[in-house]
Formats: sequence, structure tokens, C-alpha cells
Amino acid sequence: MINVKKSASDKLIDAIIYFILAIIMLLTLYPFWTQVVISLDGGGTDSAAYSSGIVLFPSQLTFGSYKLALQFDELWTGYGYTVLRTVLGVILSIVFTAMTAYPLSKKDLPMNKAFTSIILFTMLFAGGTIPSYLLIKELHLMNTVWALVVPGMIGAINVLIMRNFFRSIPEELEESARVDGAGYMRIFTQVVLPLSKPVLATVALWVGVGHWNAWFDSLIYITDPDKQVLQVVLRKIIIQNNTSDITLLIQNLGKNTSFSGRQLQATVVMFSILPMLIVYPFIQKYFVKGVMIGAIKG
Amino acid sequence: MNDTAVVTKADLVLTKAKLRKERWRKYKQYRALLIMMIPAMLYYLVFHYLPMYGVLLAFKDFKILQGIWNSPWVGFDIFEKIFHDEYFFTVLKNTMIISLYKLLFGFPVPIIFALLLSEVMNARYKKLIQTVTYLPHFISWVVLAGIFFTLFSLEGPVNTIVKLFGGDPVLYLADPRYFRTILVITSIFQGFGWGSIIYFAAISNIDPQLYEAAIIDGAGRFKRMFYISIPMLVPIIAIMLILSMSGILDAGFDQIFNMYNVQVYNVADIIDTYVYRKGIVEMNYSYATAVGLFKSVVALILIFAVNRIVKMIGGKDHALW
Repeated sequence: MINVKKSASDKLIDAIIYFILAIIMLLTLYPFWTQVVISLDGGGTDSAAYSSGIVLFPSQLTFGSYKLALQFDELWTGYGYTVLRTVLGVILSIVFTAMTAYPLSKKDLPMNKAFTSIILFTMLFAGGTIPSYLLIKELHLMNTVWALVVPGMIGAINVLIMRNFFRSIPEELEESARVDGAGYMRIFTQVVLPLSKPVLATVALWVGVGHWNAWFDSLIYITDPDKQVLQVVLRKIIIQNNTSDITLLIQNLGKNTSFSGRQLQATVVMFSILPMLIVYPFIQKYFVKGVMIGAIKG
Repeated sequence: MNDTAVVTKADLVLTKAKLRKERWRKYKQYRALLIMMIPAMLYYLVFHYLPMYGVLLAFKDFKILQGIWNSPWVGFDIFEKIFHDEYFFTVLKNTMIISLYKLLFGFPVPIIFALLLSEVMNARYKKLIQTVTYLPHFISWVVLAGIFFTLFSLEGPVNTIVKLFGGDPVLYLADPRYFRTILVITSIFQGFGWGSIIYFAAISNIDPQLYEAAIIDGAGRFKRMFYISIPMLVPIIAIMLILSMSGILDAGFDQIFNMYNVQVYNVADIIDTYVYRKGIVEMNYSYATAVGLFKSVVALILIFAVNRIVKMIGGKDHALW
């Protein structure tokens, strides 16, 4: 853009916009900050968790509630199941989505239109909660990790995004590989996939976050309380306010603690989102790139 | 050479054979890829199309021991029951109201935010704001609900401010008068940053020459925004608006299910939460399936209608198919 000297009013408008955006940013962060403060505040009955109001900083720093929460076995098994489903889910999704998208990227593929329609129609109409639930039941997948991983394995949108990306790879590359005697399988694994890292990473991230945050499927398909994912454990503690678990825990640990239910709730919230908060700034740009890739219509 | 073709029968047979041969050759050429499609097709058949068959439940008196196929047909009896169920209309009304409120108040926010953000020239500041505002999109509603419980609790920050201005503290999340407002505000909180990406991309794609010309003509910031940025955004705004219309029966299951409670069922219960309680909790499978089917069919009709409207307004390029 050409350089125009900013007038005084321009500078004022700039200042106002910067200020408004700063406020928006603070408002977005503050809810998370309250959890940090409450979880770390060791002020006993004077602590943020009790006096609440507008808390800015812990009156007295303590990691006691974290120490307590870390001894809460249910959280760890929940963590384990969440990690398991996320890893399994991402691997299966990526492998099968790519395997579906690659053939469809060949416009000449026999029945390409039919395959695509079969996949796209699932975006328009679904059997719904109950028929899916009964299906999982009849397949005897209840209480297995497969009930959480397989039903959403190949997302139609992800297929479209990958297919479009594969199509953008220059045809000549594949052709030269074919001249060298490579079959489709080889081309796919040794030429196409290595060139598709951006789209694979994007879809993997999306699927991964989806699995990390998912809870409803675990709630209905996993009836065994010892096999629930982290989000369901959190639900029990936060939403259903089942602090009796916590009280019981405190008793079991035989400690006289000054931690309130709310403080422990804030602590388990931090416990679950901390990994996300740590990796998020680094992977954020890939998500954005993914939205852009997805926006390309084809 | 003049071969204005006199097509003989023999020729036709020949071309047909040729075509068949050609097709066969293609199948052979693509054999590996066709085999690659098998898992996906099996997957879609089992996990997407079999449940579609399950909607037959809506027309049957489901007996678990007899299975879907052997349970007796009851025609439209269940739908009749639904349409005589007063609570169903409460639920339907709630779904529409919550969804429309979210659209009305939530839709403009990302656009305004993107316009403001695009005025920021400092790249690092811009990046920082984007990173922060996208964040809530990646946090589950279980966690967000927990956070909002704290914020809106009797001693929480919101009530502290209310008290500061001389108001009485209110238990917002258990009060039918405020519950929907909270739903709308919190859903904006969660989604506005992420939702702005598409508008932001559209704004940064606008030809800078347009702005340069406007500057030379003496247009100020607001004039540039009103006469260039916003008009250039109109097509994408229209598409996004129309697309969101097709989701009008999705009032946000994740959010409501985690935030509601018995005190606010009357204003907060939506089709999806009702289906969960009727179906999974009360095991009234046929009833819940029928309610769900009603929703799916309405959504399907809306999608087709929307696609037509998009074609009419935005042209074929923007249509879904």
C-alpha cells in the first residue's frame, strides 16, 4: 500500500481500535485466568475460590490442590483413555481418509461420481443418535475403544479437503513415477503422501482435537465407569458437581485440607486444558492454514 | 474424404464392443485404486447407511428382543403421538428461538471483529489477538461450562459487578429469564474468533489498489470500510448466512447439555437434548428416533432449499452442488 502520512484523526482511530481489541483479548482470556487463580490460591477461606469476586492474582501461591488432584486415580485413567483414543483415532482417520481421498482425486476413476455421492450424502442425512447407538450395541462395540474411534473415522469433509489437495499435485510427478514402473500403491505412498504433509497435518490436528475434547460418545457407549475418557470424568466433577468424589478422595488421603470443591474443580479444569494451552500456540497456524485449504472449492 | 457417416448396425456393435473393452481396460488400470476404496465403502455402509435403515424404528413399536426388523409396524402412530405431545412443541420452540437468537446476535460479531482486526497494521499485535481469540474454539464445552459456572456463580465476577452497580445477585444459570441470554453470550465467546477467519481471509484478498485509489480520492478510514471492505464482503456474508440457516434446528447440543439443569428445562430443552433423555435415558427408542427423524428431515429440506437460494443469489459457483 502507498505510504500516506497518517493524520491525527487516523492515529486516534488506530488507538481506539487497538484499545477495543485489547479489551476483547482480555475478556477472552479472563475466564481462563480465573481458573488459574482459583486453582493456585492458597489463602484458605480468604482464597479466590471462597471470596470470588473479580480475582486477578492468587493471594497466596500454592500447588497443594494440584498435588491432591494428581492423586485422583480417575483422572489418570481418564487421561489414559483420552490419549489412547486420540492416538488411535488420528492414525486410523489419517490412513483411511487418505486411502479414500486418493482414488477419488483421479477424475477418470470408474464410478468416481457414485463413490463421491455415497460419501457426500452422509453429510446431508444421518440416522440419528438412537439408530447409531443401537448399531454400536449390536456390533458389541460397547465398552470398547473402537466405539469411540471407528464411527467417525472417515469424515466426508476431510475426504473432500484431501481429495482437493491431491488434485493440486502436478500430474507430471506421478506420470514420471509411472514411467519408472511404479504402480498406484507405490506412487501413493512414495510420491503423493510425502508431498501432502500440510494437508495430512491439518486433518490430523483437527481429528486430534476432536478426540481430545469428545465426551458424548464416551458417555453413551462406555458404561463401565472405569473406562471413561477424561472429559466424562471432568463432567462428573464439574457439571454434575459430584464433589462427593473429591470429598471421598480427601478423606481417603487422610488429609485435613482447606481446598474447597470449587478450587479442585478449577484444578481439574487446568489439568485437562494445560496440554492444549501449551501446544496450542505452536499448532495454531496449521489450523488456520487448514481452514484455508478447506475453503478451496472443487 | 467424405464420410458423412452411414452408421451400419455392424458399426454400432463394434463401437459397443470397443466401449466395453475401453471400460474393462480402465477397471484394470485402476484396479489398485478401486481396491483401496473398499474399506471406505464398507465403513460408510456400516456406520452411516445402516443407521439410516434404523430410522424405520420411528414407524415401529420397537421390542428389543425382536430387533428392528421383526418389531411390529405401527405406521405414523408415533408421529401422531409426538404431534399431540405439548412438550415436543416446547422443545421445538426452544430450538428455534435459541438458534435464531444465536444467529441474530452471533452472526455479525465475527464480521465486525474481522473488520476491526484488518485495520491493525502491527503484525505481531494482530497475531497475538488472533491466537488469543481462536483459543476458546479448541476447549470442550465440558470445560467451558465449568468455567462459566464459576463466572456466573452467586459470588462470581459477574454478580460482583452487578452488586457494584446496586443490583441483586442472580443465579443466572438456574434462572429461566436469563438462561438463553447466557447461552447466546457464551456461544459468541466460544466462536467469534474462529468464525472471523473466513472474513479475515476475504478482506486480505481484496485488491490493495482499490484502497490506494480510494486514498488518493480522499476517502477516510470509515469511507474505505463502508465503500470497499463491506461491499466486497457481501457475497461471502450472504453465503455464510444462508448456510447457517440450514442448521437452524441445531441449537448447540454440546453447549446446552453441559450448561442446563432442571430449573431451566422449559426454556433450554432442545430437540437434541430431548432425544438423548427420551432415547438413551428412558430407552424410549421409537419415540426418540421419530423426534430425531423429524429433525433430520426438516434439516434435509432446509439444505435443499438453501442450495437453491444460494444458486439464485450467488450463482452456481457458491452452491453446495
